[in-house]
Amino acid sequence: MSEGGEGANGAAIEVRNLVIDVAGPNGARKAIVEDISFAIPPGEVLALIGESGSGKTTIALSMMGYSRFGARISADCIRVGDLRIDRFGEDALRTVRGRRIAYIAQSAAAAFNPSRPIMAQVIEPLLVHRLADRRTAQARAIELFRALALPSPEIIGQRYPHQVSGGQLQRLMAAMALITDPELVILDEPTTALDVTTQVEVLRAFKAAIARSGATAIYVSHDLAVVAQVADRIAVLKNGRMCEEGPAAQVLESPASDYTRSLLAAVRPAARPASQTGREKVLAVSGLHAGYGRVIDGIPAIPVLRDVSFVLRRGATLGIIGESGSGKSTLARVIAGLLPAAAGEILLEGERLPPDMARRSREQLRRVQLVFQNADTALNPAHTVGQILARPLAFFHRMKGAAADTRVAELLDLIQLPREIGARRSTELSGGQKQRINLARALAAEPDVLLCDEVTSALDTVVGAAILDLIDGLRRELGIATVFISHDISTVKAFCDDMLVLYSGNAVEQASRAEFAGDTRHPYTRLLIDSVPEMDRGWLAHRAAVERAALPGAALENPRGEALCRFLPRCPVAVAGTCDTVPVPLRQAGSHAVLCHRTLADLASAGIMGN
Amino acid sequence: MAGAASHRSTLGNIAPLIARRALSSLLTLFLVSVVIFTVSGLLPGDAAQEALGQSATREQVIALRHEMGLDRPAPVRYMDWLGSIARGDPGMSYVANMPVSRIISDRLPNTLTLAGITAVVSVILALAIGVGSAVNRGGKLDSMLNVVTLSLVAMPEFLIATLGVMIFSVKLLWLPSIALVTPDASWSETLRSYALPVFSLTCVVVAQMARMTRAAVADQLDRPYVEMARLKGVPFSRIVLFHVMPNAVGPVVNAMALSLSYLMGGAIIVETIFNFPGLASLMVNAVTSRDMPLLQSCAMIFCATYLALMLVADVIAILANPRLRA
Repeated sequence: MSEGGEGANGAAIEVRNLVIDVAGPNGARKAIVEDISFAIPPGEVLALIGESGSGKTTIALSMMGYSRFGARISADCIRVGDLRIDRFGEDALRTVRGRRIAYIAQSAAAAFNPSRPIMAQVIEPLLVHRLADRRTAQARAIELFRALALPSPEIIGQRYPHQVSGGQLQRLMAAMALITDPELVILDEPTTALDVTTQVEVLRAFKAAIARSGATAIYVSHDLAVVAQVADRIAVLKNGRMCEEGPAAQVLESPASDYTRSLLAAVRPAARPASQTGREKVLAVSGLHAGYGRVIDGIPAIPVLRDVSFVLRRGATLGIIGESGSGKSTLARVIAGLLPAAAGEILLEGERLPPDMARRSREQLRRVQLVFQNADTALNPAHTVGQILARPLAFFHRMKGAAADTRVAELLDLIQLPREIGARRSTELSGGQKQRINLARALAAEPDVLLCDEVTSALDTVVGAAILDLIDGLRRELGIATVFISHDISTVKAFCDDMLVLYSGNAVEQASRAEFAGDTRHPYTRLLIDSVPEMDRGWLAHRAAVERAALPGAALENPRGEALCRFLPRCPVAVAGTCDTVPVPLRQAGSHAVLCHRTLADLASAGIMGN
Repeated sequence: MAGAASHRSTLGNIAPLIARRALSSLLTLFLVSVVIFTVSGLLPGDAAQEALGQSATREQVIALRHEMGLDRPAPVRYMDWLGSIARGDPGMSYVANMPVSRIISDRLPNTLTLAGITAVVSVILALAIGVGSAVNRGGKLDSMLNVVTLSLVAMPEFLIATLGVMIFSVKLLWLPSIALVTPDASWSETLRSYALPVFSLTCVVVAQMARMTRAAVADQLDRPYVEMARLKGVPFSRIVLFHVMPNAVGPVVNAMALSLSYLMGGAIIVETIFNFPGLASLMVNAVTSRDMPLLQSCAMIFCATYLALMLVADVIAILANPRLRA
């Protein structure tokens, strides 16, 4: 038995037979994590992989002797260096937390105190553990900001959390964790809330910073491809138990458990066959401008969408891709009339839809239905599922009584849920079930156009894949034209007949699936695709090698006040003297349209794109 | 250097914000003055009739009305009145035949002292009770404080005051049952005479304030940044003081300002029970005797205090919340 000192194998972290339980309703204790044992060699990164509810965060937090919701931690051994965490009381744990063991939370936006400057929070671990005075601590923080490639490291600490971007805040939290030179760093889904393009930068910064500090790390994630970039070892968890644990290469390349294999399979969705589409245009959008504030000459004070046009044919699926803030959800809201367009036309089978929902007829409203991103907030928790589904039936079809009950049952069949669920409240359902009800609510109206706004992004990969299958099957069966909004380019590629890429409110690229499969791409689309981590363990390093800097000091307007390409400040292939002086032209070939100064031939050649 | 510069620019951002907020308070006060003037004109009867009594002839009343300037058109009287209020001289009391300013300056210090002492006592108590029960949520202390504060909310103030007198004055003989406020009283005498009124008023306002504090602090304690602070090893007292309070202070000071504004005009019952020479009873007397200049001045003082409290609460909230300064 190794008591307190170094483990037999010289591991930095050692966990034996960890059990975490919570009090059940009848006083009995229910284990949420059971029979967990692992060891991490010094300086290595162990990834804890699993879906929500697998206990990965619970296990990671138990390394600090911390549990949520009054859960009880017990173990034969939890050892971090020479610290026996399992024998520590609350006071002793406090001296260790934030000093020897540090935590990086999933959402930096929530984990930073909104009313204190960033610097005060970053140096707090040094101050409360009396490791440095304020001046030294600040100097150390600025050093870390620089190492984490944060802009203006000298002054960024004076800002408040709401004044910096999500990616920057996540790196600032890494600085807060690393400032005491901890032996163990726990990273809890630290890039999940970020856009893919930001995720790459943050991942790289984290990896370098942890390597430099020499700390051992536990990396909690649901994303195998991300884990492949950072982990030395991987532990796969399911329902609080360990499925397998081993060196990263072994787990990824020759997994021992079936569950790991199913996770690996779900990472990239299989392509669906192309839809049976008619030539008839169901929805035609042209010259759409929308945003907030006062509208002058069809341009709102704060524009969100700029001159967006597209056509949706009967039975087809249009995928809309972009980062957060690109205007994807706004586009859905504008089509649905929730946010009236400032300029432009929305034609539903040739009939012009009034921009404002309040001016649309009931029939027009029925024909365009929106499925919201978050079923938790879209479904009224006070109503039963039956009531939720009966509402649109009564409103659009004047269906009541037995007829409505029959239709509700049919709808539940359609979304493959048991009919008994109609009597339950949405709060009693799982996330996947709620999203199905959310979908059924839209289908109850029997729409011609279904707008799906990030319908799977709040769900686990496997659950989300099932929802995608369901939507795909139903829209084919019912012949509904679908606008599918997502930040996940691989889902859109597998799922949609046409793609529209939004950047900062501009449609920078539109293409059919076949055109999209080719090499010709807008530089932003290419960046999006290239930023999706691959299972290849060398991907992150390779990505760094092919990246190119944008033109320095690029602006969004030329001296004549004309708008320039909005992607210019980030574009790796911008042409000096053209892109930064002349408004960007639209290049077209067939149904393929790209908003770029480069010619389509240019954009196709791999040479100039740097890979 | 950089720190100082940013500090200055933050202040530079706040100053116009606070100025705008203060200006809107002034505007509100102006509107309130219009309302007060109009409403007091709607009260039945008039001061001339009241002063001369039932037996006066019509001619006498008209003559006195003319003498008092009551027969001039309303806008003229309003401008006159507003001007004199702004100069700090709201004219002569119709009934007491004394300048209103002198009547008020006799009473205002008493009310301000009573309100001030009660405010200090109740804010400290409310913070202690609110934070104490929030950090012990669901525990014994929390449920106990919950019962106590809820009972205090439910109990009418005349009952509390009467019970106070029964226990502390009649049974224990510790405190006087009547608040005798004399300028030459010693400190301990003054404190003793204020004790029961302060106690009664504190019971009235503290419960509301404590419950709002508990709600605001409890809400913040559930935020992820509190968990993050714990995982940084920050001691719990420091978490409450430096992490939770800056975020809870906005709603807390607003609730407190609302409760404290009650201490000016709402103290009438307590003033009556303890025979305390305060503003509230003065205003009630002014209503019964149709003494308009006095009534209007009291109403203006109450409204101005209310607006000032709200202004202070908003300024504190702005200072505490960087997102409000944008």
